[in-house]
Amino acid sequence: MADTTHEKPSETRSGALLSVRDLGKTYAVGSGEVEAIRSISFDVRAGELVCIVGPSGCGKTTLLKCLSGLLAPTAGSVALDGQTVLAPPKKMAVVFQEYGRSLYPWLSVQDNVGLPLKARGVPRGERDDTVRAALEEVGLGHALTAFPWQLSGGMQQRVAIARAIAYEPEVLVMDEPFAAVDAQTRADLEDLVRRVWQDLGVTVLFVTHDIDESVYLGERVLVLSSSPTVVQEDLSVDLPAERDQISTRALPQFTELRTHVHEQIQRAKRGDRAGLPA
Amino acid sequence: MTQTPTRTPRTRRPSLAGTLRAVGYAAGLPALALLAWVLATDRSASLYFPSPTTIASTFAATWFGPALTTDVLPSLGRFAIGVLLSIVIGVVAGTAIGTTRWLRDLLEPMLEFFRAVPPVVLVPVLMLMLGVGDSMRIAVIVSGCVWPVLLNTVEGVRGVDTVLTETSRSYRVRGLLSLRSVVLPAASPQIMAGIRLCLSIGLILMVISEMFASSSGLGYRIVYFQRSFMIAQMWSGIVLLGLVGVAVATLYGFAERRVLHWYHGMREVARG
Ligand SMILES: Nc1ncnc2c1ncn2[C@@H]1O[C@H](COP(=O)(O)OP(=O)(O)O)[C@@H](O)[C@H]1O
Ligand SMILES: [Mg+2]
Repeated sequence: MADTTHEKPSETRSGALLSVRDLGKTYAVGSGEVEAIRSISFDVRAGELVCIVGPSGCGKTTLLKCLSGLLAPTAGSVALDGQTVLAPPKKMAVVFQEYGRSLYPWLSVQDNVGLPLKARGVPRGERDDTVRAALEEVGLGHALTAFPWQLSGGMQQRVAIARAIAYEPEVLVMDEPFAAVDAQTRADLEDLVRRVWQDLGVTVLFVTHDIDESVYLGERVLVLSSSPTVVQEDLSVDLPAERDQISTRALPQFTELRTHVHEQIQRAKRGDRAGLPA
Repeated sequence: MTQTPTRTPRTRRPSLAGTLRAVGYAAGLPALALLAWVLATDRSASLYFPSPTTIASTFAATWFGPALTTDVLPSLGRFAIGVLLSIVIGVVAGTAIGTTRWLRDLLEPMLEFFRAVPPVVLVPVLMLMLGVGDSMRIAVIVSGCVWPVLLNTVEGVRGVDTVLTETSRSYRVRGLLSLRSVVLPAASPQIMAGIRLCLSIGLILMVISEMFASSSGLGYRIVYFQRSFMIAQMWSGIVLLGLVGVAVATLYGFAERRVLHWYHGMREVARG
């Protein structure tokens, strides 16, 4: 992939921080092609918490890689703050699905969190403070000098989240970050994401295949169809801002929303695209 | 919190009994072999297999005299320079080749060819080019030792996990910092394996390089003793080479434990 480092201006709808227009991605595989994403368009305003939910293999990771400038789309474009994304933008931090492979095993927890800041030229003292604050935010203030492989899966994903927080991004992008941790840890981490979103005022894009998770976390849920992928539905979640694992999930609205999303996904799987926005 | 607490890798402090047992295992077989040798050579007075006691008494007289400064130290010096040069050249060139696509496509077939050429056959060529001095001997060592380091570095640098590479890209960790903090550490297990090979090949080539057109050095001395029928001295030279080999391996072990502490720790945790 050509790794262009410049970002050129483009027009967006006013008010949108992130703007995805007719994004398509077709992988060239050997002599053939795999159409992972047909055409996706949506806007995200600054400060939103958007969950993107879709069945496995529908192109969620592909979409995130295009959003974060790691992969060039084959059609359409992504713009962040009016700048077309052609390379990983300064204002974006990514938390990957494979936390075990995304932390540097030869670096201590604090050096893992600090490396992106070092790359940005943040001086030592300031860096240490930011790193410590970020690790305390995720409840790992005691594990500064540990190595990632000495930690449990949930704690490793916390380190990855701390690294993203310390980077002070405007947009935080997370790719099924909790798919591989146990249920209790997962609930804790979900609440952590809500807290980080509220505390830092950062825009969050959270990808998941878990319908309940998308409704519990999001202020808005984008339902993707199965491959070749389009946006099946753009749903706003009118649950109270203060969410609680037990009482929120027991609300009738919650049940309604999750049933609705579930139906949409079932329709998407059947390839029923009737009534889709053009 | 419900997370499992921080798991520290087991660094059991060895007990005295444990240490003794380890030493027993390590030294047991050599001791037995030595005993067998003593018993075998005690009765027969074989010309070619002097008894260990004879060799031991010859050892000090042969190597702790002027031979130390005229033969042993210069040999070890050439070995050290040759190996260090190989490591530097191998890691630098290997990193360049491993990270640059066109360089790799250009050089890979040629590297395989050079690696396949036994370094010993280069001795006459290098003698023509560099004369018969130290530089020729160091060049012989390098000509055989760079390959394992270089090829392992290329492999290691290319094999960096794609998730790690994408993480670095998305956080804009680039250039020298990426090289120092990501690429080289990620490749270090393979680079260290290359260095280990480099050391053993280096020792062999140190000896061989001194067997041609030479008048000093450990390899030269051993051949000289053999031709002069100074059999006990010859054997003491072989023992000395063995000891050097053990010392080099021990030094390597220390270095490896320092450089790859994370790697061994990670594997120990993965094994549970
Ligand atoms: N590098 C690639 N080359 C070819 N096909 C790919 C590649 N990455 C993903 N795909 C294909 O694209 C589709 C979407 O994959 P992905 O984005 O990983 O989906 P998800 O994250 O929703 O599970 C899948 O069919 C997958 O096989
Ligand atoms: Mg995925």
